[in-house]
Amino acid sequence: MKFAVPVFPGSNCDHDMVNALRDILNMPADLVPATTTNLDQYDAVILPGGFSYGDYLRSGAIARFAPVMTAVKAFAAAGKPVMGICNGFQILTEAGLLPGALQANRSSKFICQTSPLVVKNTTSQFTTAYEPNQQIQLPIAHGEGNYYCDEATLAELRAHQQILFEYVDNPNGSVANIAGIMNRQGNVLGMMPHPERAVETILGSTDGLGIFQSLIANQQQEVSHA
Amino acid sequence: MYLVKVYVTYKESILDPKGEAVNDALHRLGYTNVQSVVLGKYFELKLAASDRPLDAEVDELCDRLLANVNMETYRYEITEMEAL
Amino acid sequence: MLKSMELTPTDLRDTKAYRDWGLTDDEYHLITDQVLGRLPNYTEAGLFSGMWSEHCSYKNSKPVLKKFWTQGEQVLEGPGEGAGIIDIGDGQAVVFKAESHNHPSAVEPYEGAATGVGGIIRDIFSMGARPIALLDSLRFGEPEDAHTKYLISQVVAGIGGYGNCIGIPTVGGDTVFDASYQKNPLVNAMCVGILDQADIQKGQATGIGNSVIYVGAKTGRDGINGASFASSEFNDAKETQRSAVQVGDPFMEKLLMEACLEVIHDHREVLIGIQDMGAAGLVSSSAEMASKAGSGLSLNLDLVPQRETGMTPFELMLSESQERMLLCVKAGAEAEIYAVFEKYGLDAVTIGHVTEGHQYQLFHHDQLVADVPVDALATKAPVYQRDKKRPSRLNKQSHHQFMPRLVDATGTLKKMLQQPTIASKKAIYETYDSQVQTNTVIKPGSDAGVIRIRHTDKALAMTTDVNGRYLYLNPRVGGEIAVAEAARNIIASGGLPLGITDCLNYGNPEKPEQFYDLDESAMGIARACQLFNTPVISGNVSLNNESNGEAIYPTPMIGMVGLIKHQRDITTQDFKHAGDAVYVLGSTDADFNGSELQKMLTGKIAGELFDFDLVTENQNQRLLLRAIQKGLVASAHDVSEGGLITAIAESCFGQGFGVKLTSEIPSTNFFAETQSRFVISVTAEHRAAFESLMEPYATYLGQTTSDDRLFIQTADQAFDLKVSFAKRLWEGALPCLLK
Repeated sequence: MKFAVPVFPGSNCDHDMVNALRDILNMPADLVPATTTNLDQYDAVILPGGFSYGDYLRSGAIARFAPVMTAVKAFAAAGKPVMGICNGFQILTEAGLLPGALQANRSSKFICQTSPLVVKNTTSQFTTAYEPNQQIQLPIAHGEGNYYCDEATLAELRAHQQILFEYVDNPNGSVANIAGIMNRQGNVLGMMPHPERAVETILGSTDGLGIFQSLIANQQQEVSHA
Repeated sequence: MYLVKVYVTYKESILDPKGEAVNDALHRLGYTNVQSVVLGKYFELKLAASDRPLDAEVDELCDRLLANVNMETYRYEITEMEAL
Repeated sequence: MLKSMELTPTDLRDTKAYRDWGLTDDEYHLITDQVLGRLPNYTEAGLFSGMWSEHCSYKNSKPVLKKFWTQGEQVLEGPGEGAGIIDIGDGQAVVFKAESHNHPSAVEPYEGAATGVGGIIRDIFSMGARPIALLDSLRFGEPEDAHTKYLISQVVAGIGGYGNCIGIPTVGGDTVFDASYQKNPLVNAMCVGILDQADIQKGQATGIGNSVIYVGAKTGRDGINGASFASSEFNDAKETQRSAVQVGDPFMEKLLMEACLEVIHDHREVLIGIQDMGAAGLVSSSAEMASKAGSGLSLNLDLVPQRETGMTPFELMLSESQERMLLCVKAGAEAEIYAVFEKYGLDAVTIGHVTEGHQYQLFHHDQLVADVPVDALATKAPVYQRDKKRPSRLNKQSHHQFMPRLVDATGTLKKMLQQPTIASKKAIYETYDSQVQTNTVIKPGSDAGVIRIRHTDKALAMTTDVNGRYLYLNPRVGGEIAVAEAARNIIASGGLPLGITDCLNYGNPEKPEQFYDLDESAMGIARACQLFNTPVISGNVSLNNESNGEAIYPTPMIGMVGLIKHQRDITTQDFKHAGDAVYVLGSTDADFNGSELQKMLTGKIAGELFDFDLVTENQNQRLLLRAIQKGLVASAHDVSEGGLITAIAESCFGQGFGVKLTSEIPSTNFFAETQSRFVISVTAEHRAAFESLMEPYATYLGQTTSDDRLFIQTADQAFDLKVSFAKRLWEGALPCLLK
């Protein structure tokens, strides 16, 4: 299984993502430039954190128009797995691949801390490695992670079990404590917390491993069934 | 040539913590008659006339880039500029 | 058009307008009579004013800086280049430097702090190193003041805004509040990078005909002559100084950093030198590159990318627009370099060439607008040996130690934990991304930040420290203590101190009493550095931190980096388990002058500073490091401001363990600030080995518990309160004060 990690000008968690995939999970992973137009050789795409294009207009608003995003949309439409972490989540909502939007934190300040989360749906391909309602510790680091959607969208998210992660003590003001959601089809995940920062004991937590392990196990199973 | 002034603000239902912070600061400075503050973004665009209706073009570029219509709203003013 | 508004050489002489740029009459005459043998034109005088500012020339501080110890076999590059370099084995090296951005931050705190961070990052990657960590040492007035609250929030936001965006973790620093800094806040930023020794770069321009390439942001009229501005004293009347602040663009710098590192790694055979355009912008970077190489230089200013129209040579040369670098590249290889920058969407333009001889020549609109000896700019600034006089405040000092008698020890502790300088700085450091790059082992909040070096078993510990109050009471001993405390933080984290950088923040050196503080503390720093084997490898000087005649406390910020040889040695201050033995290493005396307790109870600090012995300090540090390396230590925390009781409380807070301790020391002395001490916890299995190693320097106090209670029976009364309650006070104080 081969991963693509698109690098937008201003991405800064791209190497962290690739290091986690290669060094810890022993998965092949490539950094691909934002000008890439073809992702056919990959099995999964992860949009990394950072400040794409400086986040100068709104987080993710400019990155959404990068050439690679056309390829990401096609990739997602084909049912292949796409993840967006932090800035990647912001890009996915701006691009319309996930519902809602991310606004400035309620405190108006950037927050970097380890946040307890609850895994709400353990049947998705990104979360099967966790126990239902398992509490995990993941780092967050964002200034605009306050998830917003209207009532109707929230009802939809709930009805289809699209909310995967909820904050225990909502640090940023997100609607319904939402920390991570997936699309209705179940192949696009967006989350503000950083699982790639929680894959080694020496760095304080390995609770992020489950997301990658779930995805790898479920994808490999799919391949072997095909 | 047209000068287009675009104002982007949060939708009314969305909490605007920065606007509230400014409101509170003004109160602390003694301007207690300030009732509310909306803090938003302001853009100035200079556009040459094209074969499309200007309104439609401005609406489109606001929808696509300048505002996130999930949480923001915008309005704009168009004035014709004297040719340089 | 605009050029005609510039004064002619004779008008410049007659009106003495050069004084506004910081040049003195004597310096001007040195230029006319000895350096040039003629009157400088407007542009040339401007070049000298920038290059001969304290910020660029160190003309006031050079005799002091010479006292620093800069040797040490680990030093690969000492002071002089963009940043110093130290060998850490395996062909790798660590690069670090700190820089002050005090004056810009006082005027425009967000951008002042942000561009301070941006500047120090450029210093690091221009050496060929990838920046791996940032630290910030901040000094503000008392946070009750409304303007101070504004400064704090903006400075902190500016640091975070830059560091978070560019993707370098902010892992440490220190923040202190004191009325002394009310009008002159200090914003000192430090950056640490690592590199392979093969990639070490120098800022030089050699080889006649080689090209000088300008890369990065366009030049605008921001920060014109900021170097002179940074070097002058504040005065309420000079509101026009507000134009001197630049705006930072961390997104641009991220691209610039990646592009420059790519050039350094992949095009080293054509890259001759690389330098940041920092203070005094284009003139400083280009003149220094040529002077270091013994070359001449010719620049065509029409080719400089410009953001505004009609800029004069004076403005182009002295602008401090941010995010710009200068490269010297082999003739013929320009296209290869352009291609790299183009990939990142950046401007790269050849603006001049290395020339024969030693002249520095500028052309603008086909005219020669400046023609001066390059060394005159870069190395021939006058050096001043300032007069030194012992300040009257030291002559009037009481010889007695402040000696309070505490009626309510627990109540005093509660109050102490809420002092802004003692209280948790979480509200500040939580706004910084401390984990990006995924190498941060110890995040902010412990004694030192620790970054592991990927694919090795090594890690680096880093810290910033200085207690200006101690220096105010005794500049020399205070200087020694600043280095000692930094070393103590490194040791407590399991590292061996490698070297230091500094920001020397002082008042006006032309006043003999201020110069005394600078000179004496430098001697203290030098002595301590030699003893700890921590050479000074880089640094900067910020003088004239005065407002309306009142100087700040002498504040030489010490930034120290240490090497942790094995990651298993990484140690934090938090108690780790219930039932561990708690010790204090080092003896405790009634040392209160300059202490947080004195400040809290009397509102000021006064009297002769307590005794301090570097030899004892060094011995205790080595003992602890040996215990850590033998695997005997569960936690270690240095004892500093707020004394032993504060250190014990902080060790409880991390994981919520309690303590039950007994001591022969009176409760008051638990607040004493005797140096050279650590609070250490040890598991039961290692107690015997630990005690035999530490005998007789460590004192057993009792044990950690799983109860939510901090209990210490002292000689006279008990400290007794809930750990969770104490932690709430400690964490809640600063957010409450900053509201």
